[in-house]
Amino acid sequence: MGEIIKAGSWVQIYRVVLPAGERAPQVPEDTQKVPLELKVKGFLKEGAELGDEVEIVTVIGRNHKGELIKANPPYEHKFGKMIPELLQVGPQIREILREEEV
Amino acid sequence: MAANDYNSVMARKNEIMKKAVGIDYAQFSTGQVGFDYERMMSEVGYKLDEIVKIQSETAVGKTPFIELKNISKLARKLAPSGKGARIFLKDEAANPSGSYKARRASVSVYHADKEGYPGVVAATSGNYGAAVASQAVMRNLETIIVQEVFDSCGVGQPEILEKGRKCEAYGSEVLQLSVGPELFYTFLRVLEDTGYFNASLYTPFGIAGVEPLGYEIVEELQEREGKNPDVVIITHAGGGNLTGTSRGLIKAGADQTKIVAASVDLSGLHMASDHDFNRKSFTTGHTGFGVPFATWPDRADVPLNAARALRYMDEYVTVKQGEVFYITEALAQIEGMERGPAGNTSLAAAFDLAQKMNEDQIIVVQETEYTGAGKHPMAQLNFAKENGIEVKNGDPDQEEAGKSVIIPEHPSQIKARDVDLEKLKRSYLRKVFEETKVEVIEKVDLEFLADEIKKSKVETKEILEKEFDLQVAGG
Ligand SMILES: Cc1ncc(COP(=O)(O)O)c(C=O)c1O
Repeated sequence: MGEIIKAGSWVQIYRVVLPAGERAPQVPEDTQKVPLELKVKGFLKEGAELGDEVEIVTVIGRNHKGELIKANPPYEHKFGKMIPELLQVGPQIREILREEEV
Repeated sequence: MAANDYNSVMARKNEIMKKAVGIDYAQFSTGQVGFDYERMMSEVGYKLDEIVKIQSETAVGKTPFIELKNISKLARKLAPSGKGARIFLKDEAANPSGSYKARRASVSVYHADKEGYPGVVAATSGNYGAAVASQAVMRNLETIIVQEVFDSCGVGQPEILEKGRKCEAYGSEVLQLSVGPELFYTFLRVLEDTGYFNASLYTPFGIAGVEPLGYEIVEELQEREGKNPDVVIITHAGGGNLTGTSRGLIKAGADQTKIVAASVDLSGLHMASDHDFNRKSFTTGHTGFGVPFATWPDRADVPLNAARALRYMDEYVTVKQGEVFYITEALAQIEGMERGPAGNTSLAAAFDLAQKMNEDQIIVVQETEYTGAGKHPMAQLNFAKENGIEVKNGDPDQEEAGKSVIIPEHPSQIKARDVDLEKLKRSYLRKVFEETKVEVIEKVDLEFLADEIKKSKVETKEILEKEFDLQVAGG
């Protein structure tokens, strides 16, 4: 049994907009094979578990239905590791700028 | 109740759009192939002085105009003697939402408010969403952004994730979709459900909103240097940035300034491919939009696109992803300005073009964009590495989009590579004739087509007769 996520929690839901096979005719083959999917965030209307079909209300007050996939969904993009390939740029161009005029 | 499957909704497209932008586009058509572009711009849009007033209400525009002294000096050191133009930069990141897109959103949002729409919707993965959301906050309207975010594995580009976060930061509802052009279908359904205004990127409102950018450049350069820019270089994707800026330059009297478009070279990657989606390090300013939109502007989300880049472009160049990351690093390291990479596309190209121009000439890079986690060379190159893209130092000519990102070993390797504009003009014409099946070109048609490809009527007539075997009745 999963944990109950309380009504009013900030969550993310998921639903399929167009199943594979019903996609627009112009999309390439690899994309035809997968569904068009949608995710949206909002406040959970009634307590539920991950995986349940639920309803949410968004920050602007619209209702959406879908599968509950995350409670308090994080932003996970970041800067990450230093890029060694870029580290030389600063010193290199400062050196060129310092070189005497010929 | 109306059916909501893909084909039924698409069939209602025109009806939905008409309600959601409030423009009757049919009134502007002329002849068999065209429409009266200038009449559309002047009747639907707002006048320059009205726009300046609208934008001053929401802190848009009047961004800093900066001479990049160190980057200009670096270019001069690499150039033959007597060459090396001065490079100026318009710091568009200083707009409220962090990019020139605030200009584009400002007029649409003003108009939506004035017409009594309760909210605005925009379909965009990019800076435009944040711009619409930010402007809507200032005018107390609700916003929904429809965004293409992730592939079938649920993985999203860091740059797009950041832009989605920014929309949410301004209190908008963000519908995040997987890869595919049916984003447009979802967008139409949202418009139908809500009755909100379609803050399309491509209405006369959006394009006219960019005109002050060109105007400000001329005013500031005149005041400081007493001359117009020799070249203005513009990062190009859907074509609104170039169209609006060029119109503003012309309105300010700089009709001799050469307009250069610049895009990141992503040739070989398919924009609607689930597989290719996360193999690019740029989500705008690239050839995947730049070429198709230049050659067929009316692919947009409104019947007549007000962004028509071929009307204004004198040259079109591309740069490699690795070169843009290099120049982004250089802008931080020797100018003290940390800005987002996509917005520096035209700066990378300007760095090379300046080396071919005379010392007393001026090239203006007309924008920057904000940077931050996700929207940064580090984030994007780490993501590229995680997706199996080789990132290395080397000769950027060897870079292959989707396989490698090559950071130049030396700044002299940064190059602006010419796109064959004549070829693009032909592919535009081919598309017109495919769509309209016209056989005899009348006088109005010839005039329209000549304006569309920025050629004289005589030259256009010759192309139509000799290369397309068409009969030209007028001209
Ligand atoms: C910062 C920035 N620069 C340039 C562009 C290109 O503008 P356009 O699509 O009008 O050519 C965009 C748009 O995506 C952008 O966000």
